[in-house]
Amino acid sequence: MMDLDEIEKDLLKQVASIDGVPEGAYNFRVNGKSIGKNSTENIDVKSKTDKSGLDITIKENTKKDVVHIPVIISKSGHKETVYNDFYIGDGSEITIVAGCGIYNCGAKSTIHDGVHVFHVGKNCKVKYIEKHYGTGPSAGKILNPTTELYIDENSYVELELEQIAGVDSTNRLTKAKLNKNARINIIEKLLTHGRQVAKSNIEVDLNGENSTANIVSRSVARDISTQDFKLHITGKTTCRGHSECDAIITDDAKVMATPSLNAESLNAELIHEAAIGKIAGTEINKLMALGLTEKEAEAKIINGFLR
Amino acid sequence: MLELKNISFKVKDGDEDRQILDDVSIDFNPGELIVLTGPNGSGKSTLAEIIMGLKTPDHGQIILEKEDITKKSITERAKLGISYSFQQPVCFKGVTVKDLLEIANPEDQEFKTLKTVGLEKSEYLDREVNKTLSGGELKRIEIATVLAKNSKVMIFDEPEAGIDIWSLDNLIQVFQKLHDENKDKIIIIISHQKPIMDIADRIVILKKGKL
Repeated sequence: MMDLDEIEKDLLKQVASIDGVPEGAYNFRVNGKSIGKNSTENIDVKSKTDKSGLDITIKENTKKDVVHIPVIISKSGHKETVYNDFYIGDGSEITIVAGCGIYNCGAKSTIHDGVHVFHVGKNCKVKYIEKHYGTGPSAGKILNPTTELYIDENSYVELELEQIAGVDSTNRLTKAKLNKNARINIIEKLLTHGRQVAKSNIEVDLNGENSTANIVSRSVARDISTQDFKLHITGKTTCRGHSECDAIITDDAKVMATPSLNAESLNAELIHEAAIGKIAGTEINKLMALGLTEKEAEAKIINGFLR
Repeated sequence: MLELKNISFKVKDGDEDRQILDDVSIDFNPGELIVLTGPNGSGKSTLAEIIMGLKTPDHGQIILEKEDITKKSITERAKLGISYSFQQPVCFKGVTVKDLLEIANPEDQEFKTLKTVGLEKSEYLDREVNKTLSGGELKRIEIATVLAKNSKVMIFDEPEAGIDIWSLDNLIQVFQKLHDENKDKIIIIISHQKPIMDIADRIVILKKGKL
């Protein structure tokens, strides 16, 4: 098995929910190097030759396979940009588990910029899980993910994007273009605390007839952290788009949400909902009336909100 | 025994004070099912909220089993054995029915009280307690949390609100059974419904903040 220390093992568990080598296809990237890689009959995991990153090719009609591609950085000051391209063959059903964990105990910033591009064929069902986590005594844990998706006819893609904790700065960009009858469901969950800064920009183009998008952003901003969300849906034909941005703020945190909808067809149905506020006193009171302390009640509500 | 001694409570209404409760004193005895009734705005819910610690009285004392709990927090009162079914069920984002029932009674992993209020575990346990549920469903979940807590003092604030007639009949049977099987508990129901008053040991009327 790969040679990981305890900190790295913990990071791996946090971001990919695994203790060791998983079954199926994988690539483990630690401090800028691949320390374990595996392809399967249906999934080819190949290192790029012109830049850092992977080409992952999933054969047509691959069913219920999982690919793990976690990134761990424990070397302070390490900076990298990684390009991963996914080519998902028609009729495939696949789960991709990505994510990045940074431990920083040094004076320099550690930065991981991950650029993931998905080319999703026809009639596919794809689930992409990406978790980000930072730990260690030093600040400067920076994660900037870019996720681009090109989704062909009749395919369904679900994104679970989560920033668990400890990331000092993030600038997230998620873009998707959908063809006929394609569907996307994006669930983004972010927690910031201390002086952390998070920006997230999600742009979805509903290009094909009867394409649909559902974007749910849930975030919690604590202490003096700041968050800035931009959610944009363009409907170019008969399509349906819904975005929902909910944020809880505590202490002196700040959250800005900017929704925008662009209907370029009479038959585009686009909806946006947004709500930002502190935890309602009635919610805290109800949980206290069941026996929790105020702090326990707040933690329960925040954990549930980001679950 | 739960004793309320000389409880007064007022709120600001523009420049003036409006007296909601005016020197209310009353005892509630173990084994009693009391219906607290009276016109809208007479102070019934305020009295219940003062017992739970959600509101602080301007004057007066709350004594539970000889202990003065007037200055105790909501949490402390919950731990001492008081529970309250809110008149307006609270909606959450992310908190499920299971979460609430587990907090109320971590030992009941069967979540029996959900069935008691006529809701199926398989259908409701993992649902968020939010407005995707109907008013009647939220109300029944609210009642289920208090039944799960199984406290010495249980207060139900207008349990019939939003509940259909069939469910109300069922609910009355639930209260009757709870009363029959628990002679050490104090059950206080705030209600305007005659069928609920019919099962009461004592009916207490509040009018303009006075008994």
